[in-house]
Amino acid sequence: MAKVLMKGNEAIGEAAIRAGCLNYFAYPITPQSEVAEYLARRMPEVNGVFLQGESEVAVGYMLFGAAGAGERVFTTSSSPGVSLMSEAISYIAGAQCPAVFVNIIRGGPGLGGILPSQGDYFQSVKGGGHGDYRMLVMAPASVQEAVEMVMTAFPLAEKYRNPVMILGDGLIGQMMEPVEFPEHLRSEPSKKDDWATNGMDTRKSATRNLVKSLYLDPEALNNHNLLLKSKYDRMKQEEVRYESYNAEGEYQALIVSYGTMSRVCRTAIDHLKEEGIEVGMIRPQTVFPFPEKAIHEAASKENCRVVLSIEMSMGQMVEDVERAVMGKRPVKWYGKCGGEVPTPEEIIEVVKEHL
Amino acid sequence: MQSEVMFAGFGGQGILMCGKLLAHTAMQVGYEVAWIPSYGPEMRGGTAYCTVVISDRPIGSPIIKNPAHLVAMNRPSLEKFAPVVKPGGVILVNESLIPVRSGREDVDEILVPATGIAKELGSVKAANIVALSAFVARSGIVDFEAMREAVREEFSGKEKFLPLNMAAIDAGRKSALEQPETETA
Amino acid sequence: MGKTFQKPEALTDVHTHYCPGCTHGVIHRLVGEVIDELGIRGRTVGIAPVGCAVLAYNYFSCDFQEAAHGRAPAMATGIKRVRPDLMVFTYQGDGDLASIGMGEIIHAANRGEKFTAIFVNNAVYGMTGGQMAPTTMPGQRTTTSPLGRNTEETGMPIRVAELLSSLATEGYITRQTVIKPKFINRTKKALKKAFTYQMEGRCFSLVEVVSTCPTNWGMTPLDAIKWTEETLLPYFPLGDFKTPEEAEAVSANA
Ligand SMILES: Cc1ncc(C[n+]2csc(CCOP(=O)(O)OP(=O)(O)O)c2C)c(N)n1
Ligand code: SF4
Repeated sequence: MAKVLMKGNEAIGEAAIRAGCLNYFAYPITPQSEVAEYLARRMPEVNGVFLQGESEVAVGYMLFGAAGAGERVFTTSSSPGVSLMSEAISYIAGAQCPAVFVNIIRGGPGLGGILPSQGDYFQSVKGGGHGDYRMLVMAPASVQEAVEMVMTAFPLAEKYRNPVMILGDGLIGQMMEPVEFPEHLRSEPSKKDDWATNGMDTRKSATRNLVKSLYLDPEALNNHNLLLKSKYDRMKQEEVRYESYNAEGEYQALIVSYGTMSRVCRTAIDHLKEEGIEVGMIRPQTVFPFPEKAIHEAASKENCRVVLSIEMSMGQMVEDVERAVMGKRPVKWYGKCGGEVPTPEEIIEVVKEHL
Repeated sequence: MQSEVMFAGFGGQGILMCGKLLAHTAMQVGYEVAWIPSYGPEMRGGTAYCTVVISDRPIGSPIIKNPAHLVAMNRPSLEKFAPVVKPGGVILVNESLIPVRSGREDVDEILVPATGIAKELGSVKAANIVALSAFVARSGIVDFEAMREAVREEFSGKEKFLPLNMAAIDAGRKSALEQPETETA
Repeated sequence: MGKTFQKPEALTDVHTHYCPGCTHGVIHRLVGEVIDELGIRGRTVGIAPVGCAVLAYNYFSCDFQEAAHGRAPAMATGIKRVRPDLMVFTYQGDGDLASIGMGEIIHAANRGEKFTAIFVNNAVYGMTGGQMAPTTMPGQRTTTSPLGRNTEETGMPIRVAELLSSLATEGYITRQTVIKPKFINRTKKALKKAFTYQMEGRCFSLVEVVSTCPTNWGMTPLDAIKWTEETLLPYFPLGDFKTPEEAEAVSANA
């Protein structure tokens, strides 16, 4: 298929359709309303479902219902909206249903702003909702990668029967880049007869299925949580993804950065190289599970003097980086979160300061 | 090689579309491209701008502080962005609406009365295409005919606007090539 | 004579960010005048919604809080319950009040919270760029109903004033508009009445104001007024839907 020039938000909507997800519920919010506007036009063309819910609280439960009934479903939102969905996300994780959430992050806290940010790292990676649950969280750095992550999110959500989140920032949503929708990433929805409330007749079964998160018996709840934990442990084994940049040879500093921010760092690294300063980078593509081992190893390289966590937030991922580096090297943070993305020039300064 | 072009003007001047057409052209001829809009509350009635990055390798930072070139469609955007253009770039000034100059000695500044030309051709709406064409002709950033193709594609389905925009392309090029090259360092 | 053109004291000198022809500005002014006339600025707290009026706090010179999307009635409840002597008003759009915040407004009204809700119904989500609202008219094109609102799938526009007046709790519920001078005067009277009920500690009050959004309707301000008259007003009739006096009369007759 030929490449087409598309806005991130529209490409995300199209990617879900190409992946085989024809159910979308959402509530408008900047900077991702274009997904809803795109799918309002597009879903009817493919006989899909498009519904603008009355709030993100409701949308979260629309996803819970649809996913519980065994259908592929997704939504897109931005930070304040994801806060409202977090309740449903906890229920969906508890009830072990697959669903895909896209968060095009804007600056917070509260109403914050509408410009790019990575301030929802903790919210998506560490919880957001209540209880012991995790989401598989992928962070694209380009429109093409957003497409691919959205397309892979559905089978992953089904593999783990767990919510998957795509964590993008406003720029990923608003930027236009050439994209392709890889045919091989289209997938068939998995069989859900074992657990979904898709109707006993549908699955030709005489036993009913229950979709629920209530376990009043302490032992049963503990066991349920152990089961959930085993899934999250398996994600750590099987789903870690990252990309390294300029990290094959020796370098004096290691940058850990993701999403749009990592692209800025890449440019900074190229410029520094021209000046004779070698800097490596690990770019987590999954932020949960986090590429701990890769970061630890990269930080342990002989000449590496410092590890820099560079993020569009006030220091969230840096805590995971510190955990990964385990004291082997000093870990420093640099970031901004008002919506102004740090420039390559700024990053170059920061690297030099720490050398 | 990487090059960046900033298009800036009033909301409603077709700035974003202008950038999109350039990005589309560059993609068609095989470059990596990114089109980065300004978005946010400033869009309401205010200025609009976007940056197009064209490169022969994967594009890193989408945050461009110093673009290689600038197409300024109104005065505030010339005043705001002319100082940040890299030396040696092209600054296109929409002479019809901008009574001042960039004040830069180290760039190739061209004065194109884009709005006036478009008006003569029948609609001020085509001013963005006049400017795009003049810019492409002058900078040679992408193949001129490929750009013409991209514009034609954009207006397929809106046939009645096609002649106007094709005329805008020719007029834009003429205007750009009539001007002597400014001495740049 | 010159006096009538002066800005009410309850408004600041700041230029509003609203689009040309938008009715938010007129409504702000009316609220400001009423606050002045009742002499309550010093004990009034406004609550800004999330919507085009999110920056309302810049335009009023009384205390203000800014709510999360749809939650203004709950915040107003919080203020009124702990400080009944304060005069509290919310200023909300149709997405804010009738979509995401429908739960909050119904329960606040039903508890008879003694604040005033000013409900700006412009049949569309203004701030986010013209998506469908619960009050969008059948067939009306918006960015999320590109073929026009299909009522088979999204139901009919919600008539908030009628809906709230069906609650058994006493209240003052009215619908007005500001598209013509004669309507503007009536809206002002309604606002004054609403604030007065609040001042008397009498009941919940809501003034719905049928408004225009030329920007997202894709119309000139004049066409927007015409469309309001021809399309919105027949569906959203003006007038008082409920007053506490009526309720009293009914119970006296019983
Ligand atoms: C939780 C949450 N969801 C969505 C939004 C985005 N949002 C901002 S304003 C708005 C709707 C505004 O429409 P309306 O209430 O009708 O007011 P208007 O702008 O028309 O005056 C939305 C959906 C938000 N800020 N917070
Ligand atoms: S978008 Fe609509 S509601 Fe918002 S300020 Fe403009 S006209 Fe008014």
